[in-house]
Amino acid sequence: MKREIPLLISMAAGIFVLIGFFVPHPAIRNTYDDIQQWVIIVVAFTYVLGMANLMRINTEQIQRRAKDWPYKLALVLSLVGTMIVGFFFSRGSHYLDDRTGFSWIYLTFYSSMSSTMFSLLAFFIASAAFRAFRVRSVEALLLAIAALILMIGRVPIGNAIHPAIPQIADWLMEIPQNAAKRGILMGAALGVIATGFRVILGIERTYGSEGGG
Amino acid sequence: MIAFLANLRRLDRRWIFLMVGLLVVAPLLTGFHIAPVKPGSRAKGFYDAIEKLKPGSTVLLAGDYDPGTIAENYPMHLAAARQLMARNIKIIGVELYPGGPPLADQVLHLAGAEYKKREGYDYVNLGYKSGNEAVMSAMGSAGIPRTFPADRSGTPVGRIPVMKGIENFSQIAMIVSVSAGYPGTKEWVQQVVSRYHVPMIAGVTAVSAPEYYPYLQAGQLQGLLGGMAGAAEYEVLVNHPALATRGMDAQSLAHIFIALMILLGNLAALPQRSPGARQS
Amino acid sequence: MKKFAAWILLLVLGASSTPAFGFPLKAVDTPNDKGNDITLSWPAPPHPPQQWVVLRVEPGKSFAAIDTIGGELTGFTDETAKNGVKYRYRLAGLGAGGAGLFSDYSQEAVAEPSWFDTGKLNVFIVITLFLALVLYYIGQAQRGKIWNFRPIAGLAAIEEAIGRSTEMGKGVLYVPGVQDIDDIQTIASMIILGNVARMTAKYETPLMVPANSPAVYTVADEVVKGAYSDVGRADAYRSDLVRYITSEQFAYVAAVNGMMLRERPAANLLLGAFFAESLLLAETGHETGAIQIAGTANVHQLPFFVVACDYTLIGEEYYAASAYLSKDARLLGSLKASDTVKILLILTIVLGCVLLTLGSPGLAEFFATQ
Repeated sequence: MKREIPLLISMAAGIFVLIGFFVPHPAIRNTYDDIQQWVIIVVAFTYVLGMANLMRINTEQIQRRAKDWPYKLALVLSLVGTMIVGFFFSRGSHYLDDRTGFSWIYLTFYSSMSSTMFSLLAFFIASAAFRAFRVRSVEALLLAIAALILMIGRVPIGNAIHPAIPQIADWLMEIPQNAAKRGILMGAALGVIATGFRVILGIERTYGSEGGG
Repeated sequence: MIAFLANLRRLDRRWIFLMVGLLVVAPLLTGFHIAPVKPGSRAKGFYDAIEKLKPGSTVLLAGDYDPGTIAENYPMHLAAARQLMARNIKIIGVELYPGGPPLADQVLHLAGAEYKKREGYDYVNLGYKSGNEAVMSAMGSAGIPRTFPADRSGTPVGRIPVMKGIENFSQIAMIVSVSAGYPGTKEWVQQVVSRYHVPMIAGVTAVSAPEYYPYLQAGQLQGLLGGMAGAAEYEVLVNHPALATRGMDAQSLAHIFIALMILLGNLAALPQRSPGARQS
Repeated sequence: MKKFAAWILLLVLGASSTPAFGFPLKAVDTPNDKGNDITLSWPAPPHPPQQWVVLRVEPGKSFAAIDTIGGELTGFTDETAKNGVKYRYRLAGLGAGGAGLFSDYSQEAVAEPSWFDTGKLNVFIVITLFLALVLYYIGQAQRGKIWNFRPIAGLAAIEEAIGRSTEMGKGVLYVPGVQDIDDIQTIASMIILGNVARMTAKYETPLMVPANSPAVYTVADEVVKGAYSDVGRADAYRSDLVRYITSEQFAYVAAVNGMMLRERPAANLLLGAFFAESLLLAETGHETGAIQIAGTANVHQLPFFVVACDYTLIGEEYYAASAYLSKDARLLGSLKASDTVKILLILTIVLGCVLLTLGSPGLAEFFATQ
């Protein structure tokens, strides 16, 4: 029963939500809409578990003076500090408003750091281009040629070299790229449906099982 | 040549990082200009759609991005606000990303100061609301004032002159979506354009722009800006070259360098042929 | 305001007393809705007014104005109708060009909720066909039928990568993507994680699973614990194998990159939904010398993985992973069903293109979605 009950619950919920997609009648749709809200509430509670896990692992490593423990300490202090500022020094539910302590922390620290992480992509693309665009087959040659045309065609210098370059780049994006992408998306969509059926019908035991799956 | 190829094979990638850094920073600091920006058809569609609006009409400017994509989205957001204000079109700003409102405020205040527009009378920022597509849907069904009862500073919308007569999308002449991903342009098309048939134009990040070509081809979008390149083309059209245009010179050099890296990488992969190898 | 109210009153009185005159007004229950909606439509008159006032009457009551809309419109949806009540409507022109302009009375319309959204019939047919095929092929699989599936290098490499990690005495890093548990890619990642965790438990290879959301952490922890129990290694399970990092995209990437550089796993499995961070993860992993297997259905990130990883599972290969890894007959049956539907869809697309070229859009229109 320990295995069957979760399977039954997921089967019932899955079938109900699937039916709800096709039935607009309030008898079904109102419960369907409610279930979407329940998901949000359940996910909100899992933040408590996540926070507990984060704190437990990091405080244990600080206590044991594990490798790089000062960084764990910095993490815990930042977490606790941000929570205190957010709860007590940021005008309650308006904590995201301008000139609150929380929004200062967000804009000064988090926004700057996340923009920096994002900007690392430029460097990594260059090193990946040097390392990985090795022409060892016809397909790799086509990939390299397309990459070259697109790199040059997407910037003003491409048009300055020859007006045809951005036009070819646009054609590559609109026709072959779009066609291949749609093919991949269709295949992926079928994979999504198959995975969904496997979970709903309880065939996929790994997900949600605990022992004996 | 052999020694050169050998060194190339052993190249520390930090030299590559250093070159990228220098090539990006140099044009920004020196103002070095490489090539003029030529607007494409998609940017022209974006520009023309706003040009066709009647002065005095009201537009919903959705700034659905946060500081993570500021380099691509902020210039197009600002240029759109400038063109709208230059044409005396009223702006209602909304954001569906929590980090969006300060950026939208900055855009509206900056453009407002340039074109002598007054907050509350010519534009308003209704701020952020959580709920993603549910917010868009609610704006159409329950109405915009009920979904956003007050603007970002807490003033009830009933007391804001620019919101007078605005109930739902029937009073909105166009949606201008500046988006970084989800929720964003696709959700506006699915929730609003297909239901309420409001014209829409969009500015998105470069990596996601190809996803929206089908919407452009189907007529659900009248114009599309893709990344900083799209923003630069648009700045040229509104005759106000700014951040994106300056950035294009840096981007041009970076792209040429990456193309060169592809070629050098293949050169480095050429088989080794050294005299020492023959002797053994 | 008073002047406007007086106009409305006059119109209402006029609407109820003036004989039917003008243009036809059609009122029908809005199809495929949850009720309370009636849709009105009318042809555009030669000289439309500035505005229309929509007037409504129900049994036992007199005409009342329910809304004022633009004169250029030729359709309106009344969203305030009560289900089961018979309503009739009339339009009255207002403002410039509107004086004396009335539509005919509409026929009676009753709002009712629909039990089936006929606009989604095409989706329903395909889903039903798919389900029937899944059940059919699962039945065949249970009767011993065996099919040949093409080998997928990336999936075969997973076990090799774990074996390599064991030999080197290093760990396996499993990154389940950056979306929450309600994303199907994350669910598929959890399924694959179960298979991977069984292997790492069997070979006693350290496993690290950084989760980007508390819900993913909760599920991943249960999956890993269950997998270790399955192979009789419940004693080897530790609660810090799976850890919650953060829900913020780039903070998560920074943390995972840090784990790669510090722990130096021999194998990185990047399986799930990824966005801009894909190349950041893949390049950092490459720098540490780890073997990298990536899989995602986010098409725009595939090029980065193809360039930077040793193996990439593209789209449906990623969703097929659990069937390939477990070799469960029923899962392989569902894979067969997926392939059959794909063939049928390809044939439909070709047929639809041919028919469309010959001027027959019926099939293409049937498959159009809202």
